[in-house]
Formats: sequence, C-alpha cells, structure tokens
Amino acid sequence: MKILVPVKRVVDYNVKVRPLSDNSNVDLNNVKMSVNPFCEIAVEEAVRLKESGQATEVVVVTVGGDESQEQLRACLALGADRAILAQSEGLLEPLAIAKVLTKIVESENPNLVILGKQAIDGDNNQTGQMLAAMLDMPQATFASELKIEGDNAVVTREIDGGLQTISVNLPAIVTTDLRLNEPRYASLPNIMQAKKKDLSVQNVSDLGIDVSDRTSILSVELPPTREAGVMVDSVEELVEKLKNEAKVIT
Amino acid sequence: MSILVVAEHDNNEIKGSTLNTVTAASEIGGDVSVLVAGSESSSAAEQASKISGISSVIHVDDPIYKNFLAEDLGNLVASIAEGFNYILAPATTFGKNFLPRVAAKLDVQQISDIISVEDPDTFKRPIYAGSCIATVKSNDSVKVITVRTTAFDASLMSDSSVTVNPGDVVDSLNNSSFVNDEIAESDRPELTAADVIVSGGRALGSSENFKIIEALADKLGAAVGASRAAVDAGYVPNDYQVGQTGKIVAPSLYIAIGISGAIQHLAGMKDSKIIVAINRDEDAPIFQVADYGLVGDLFEAVPELTDSV
Repeated sequence: MKILVPVKRVVDYNVKVRPLSDNSNVDLNNVKMSVNPFCEIAVEEAVRLKESGQATEVVVVTVGGDESQEQLRACLALGADRAILAQSEGLLEPLAIAKVLTKIVESENPNLVILGKQAIDGDNNQTGQMLAAMLDMPQATFASELKIEGDNAVVTREIDGGLQTISVNLPAIVTTDLRLNEPRYASLPNIMQAKKKDLSVQNVSDLGIDVSDRTSILSVELPPTREAGVMVDSVEELVEKLKNEAKVIT
Repeated sequence: MSILVVAEHDNNEIKGSTLNTVTAASEIGGDVSVLVAGSESSSAAEQASKISGISSVIHVDDPIYKNFLAEDLGNLVASIAEGFNYILAPATTFGKNFLPRVAAKLDVQQISDIISVEDPDTFKRPIYAGSCIATVKSNDSVKVITVRTTAFDASLMSDSSVTVNPGDVVDSLNNSSFVNDEIAESDRPELTAADVIVSGGRALGSSENFKIIEALADKLGAAVGASRAAVDAGYVPNDYQVGQTGKIVAPSLYIAIGISGAIQHLAGMKDSKIIVAINRDEDAPIFQVADYGLVGDLFEAVPELTDSV
C-alpha cells in the first residue's frame, strides 16, 4: 500500500501573527516557518502504517515555493520515503491546491491519502474534502483513529457530539485531528539521512490547470481587544462582582 | 439573490446552528431556502418550515442521507445548487465535513467560518487562530460559505410555515458507510448553545479532580468545557474541547479554571461576554482576556465558589 501525504509550510504555531502596518495582509517577514502541526500528525500516521508492515511507501508532497523544500526534508526525516515539490508562484488557495493534488494523485496512484484537517494559517479546513470530491473518492475527516481492514479504512472521527466511526473504501482521503497520534521528533541520523532521499520538483504551470485566486484579501486587522479586567482578592469578591456588577449570575 | 441554507439536524429536530446560519443568509439578503436532507426526517423538515425569514424548504428524504455522509450529501447539495447564488452551512463538524466537496464540485473557492457579512461579496473571517481578522472578497459567481454560529443570532421561529417541496435523491456513490456513533449523553446544556460554561485545564491533574468543575457547572446550570491539554491528558472526552480546532463558544459567562490561556484556546472563547479566570500563575495569559481574575489554588477556590453561588 502506497500512502501520499500532502503537507503545508506554515508559520510556526508559537508565533503570534500580526497584520502588516498597511493592513494589506499578515506580516510574515522573518517569522519561523514549520510543517503545519496537523500535517506532521498525517506523516506520523503514514510512517507508523509503514513500520507496522501495512504500507510499503510513504510519499510527501507540498504545493509551494522553493523554500518549502525545508518542510519536505523535515517530513523525510520523520520517515517518509520520498518527496515531491509542486512548485507554484505565490501561495495558492485551497481549491487550487486540491486541483494540483488531484494531478499528483492521478500520477502516483496511492491507496490512501492522509492530510491535516486544516492548516493553522488560513484555518480553512477544505483541502482534503475538496481533493476527495475532485477524485470522487470517499473521505474520513477529523480522524482520531485509523485502521486498515482489507480494502477499507475504518476511521473514528471527532465530531461535535462525540465520536463517529465510518468505513470507507480504499482508495480514500483521511484528514487528521489532534489525537490521532503524537508525532515523533526527528533524530539527528534521520535528519542527515533525509538529505539523501529523493525530492523531485514539478512545476504547477506545467499541469494545465487553472490555479488563479478566486478571492481577494481586502484587509487584515487585529481583532477587537477586550477591555482590561480586574483582579479580585477572594471568591467572595468574585461572586459579588458577578452578581452585582456583571449581573451574569443571580 | 437566492440563498440555500443546508440545515443541520438529527432527523427529528433542527439544530440551533441552522438558525444562526439562516440569520447570516438574511444579512446577505435575498430569498432564503432551507434544505433538509435526511432519513425519516419529516418532523425536522416541518420544523424548518417555521423558521422566520425563509421562503421555502426543500426536503430530500432517503436512507442514504440518514447519517449525513459527506459523499452523498455533497453530491446532493451540488445537484441542487443550480439556480442559487449562495450555498451556506454552519461551520460545525457537520458543515465543515461536506461543504468543501460542494465547493469543489462547483469549482468555487469556499469562504470558511465567516463572522460578518460586509456586503454581498465581502465577509470577515478569523485567520491564524483568531490572531487576525481578514476581510475577504469572493470573486466567484456562486458563493459557498460556512458560518461561525456564535457570530450570528439565532433566527426566530414563527407560527406560520412555508411550503415544503420534495427534492430529488442523487444516486449514492456507495463508497462509504456508517459504523457507529458514540455520542455522550448529558443532562447539561450543549457546549455551543450554553449560556454559562465552566472549563477546566491541565492544572486539574486528573479526571477524578475534574469533578469539581462538573459540580460548579451543575450548580450554575452550565456546560462543561476543557482546554486541549486537559483533553489530551484524558481527563475528559474530545467533545469538551474549546479552541481553534475544537468548539467555538461565546456564552454570557465563561469560567476558565486552571487554564493558562494559549492562543489556540483563546481563539475558541474570547468572544464570551464575561470571562472569569482562576489560576495559580498570576502571569498566565488567560488573565489578559479575563474580566475578573482570581489568583489562587483552584482546589480551594472552586469548591468555595460552588458553595457560594
């Protein structure tokens, strides 16, 4: 079984992102970039399936600029076998990314595609579902458990009321939630070894698809800030404030 | 302008998220139709027909829609989409699951999780865990949108009802099947609809200790929430999680206990009306968004609070 894992280069989750001074977009100058955390979970799950003998090859792919090679190498260090960079000019929207990934899936023919449920930059939560629709494949989003049973993937999903388990025919698209696994840290020997693994580059403009932007960002602003609150010295004072000042309890 | 709202329901009742989504549709302005797709879902369709401000209900009833599997629901909505300028669904796990499939089928870039309608083409939405708010204009001829339910009031129900028209079933792809649900049964209010929420963090230390959170919640008639750290540690189930990737809540009163206030948690609750934080660490970031902060040992403060409310 071959597994394809699409990943994304995003601002590190510890970075506090701010708008540019002209509010035209977010300020990404000199900020630390990382593999999107949900994508790391996807890579980890694929590598575990390989380690347990259920998968034979793990291929990571990203759509982005040359700088995204750094994140592909990080995924190779986590245990992926080879990498593909679909090189684009500028950042693409999820619809366009899904179109590029559709082409990659058609040429790679994986039995399973695992990707993060959302990227922590745009928080869109779209790419996996769009890819599944374009390929007319079944999907299992927000996975917290994944089991391969014959020609099916049995997936437990995190939904608003609790958990839901579904069974999807392979090939299928799975998107990861936080509790699917805890990704490992890459060891130094694996980081060194990753430098020798195959990383091929394809140009998105050669794929013959429309990847133009469908939306425009008019402005990016800080959210309204909350008025500074007060510190209380005791539970008694807190209850008094909640009853008489905020009037939220009686 | 014609707008289709895809209703979230459980085959018996319309969920509150549907009412918030109808309000967002009304703010765009135009003829609002509500799609109820389910199985043995007549009562949900009938209830939908009484939502104020809508002009019709489309009801598609077939066993293949019983569990709202994304493949069949997505194809159904895409087939109905013709003639509509807007397709809206709530940004809950229900809407997030299938609506991007509809957008892909229609070749549209979906706008996720809108918090306001600026004009019929322009919407505000949070990005980077709510660190920034982007104003986004859609240039697609059809808009496919998920709606952050806490950002829009619920539509009212009216005494009269609109027409319910049956819609056509789209053949199933038959590539996905439902196995089972583990839905927590609780007498407490639902987290996203609760007026008061008491949330606990990693500082609780165990699921046993989490009972003091539950006791306070029950005294206040509140829902119980948790930070990611508390869920990851196994103190409470996943559906308690409030935050960027969990539930987005905006109650009248949010009491954060033993929660440090990582930005990913704040993203899920900072629109609450009144925020109370109880934490041992006076430098915890949660105090920067709290209206009332109490520095102290939660194992003393929480039982005392429970006794005095």
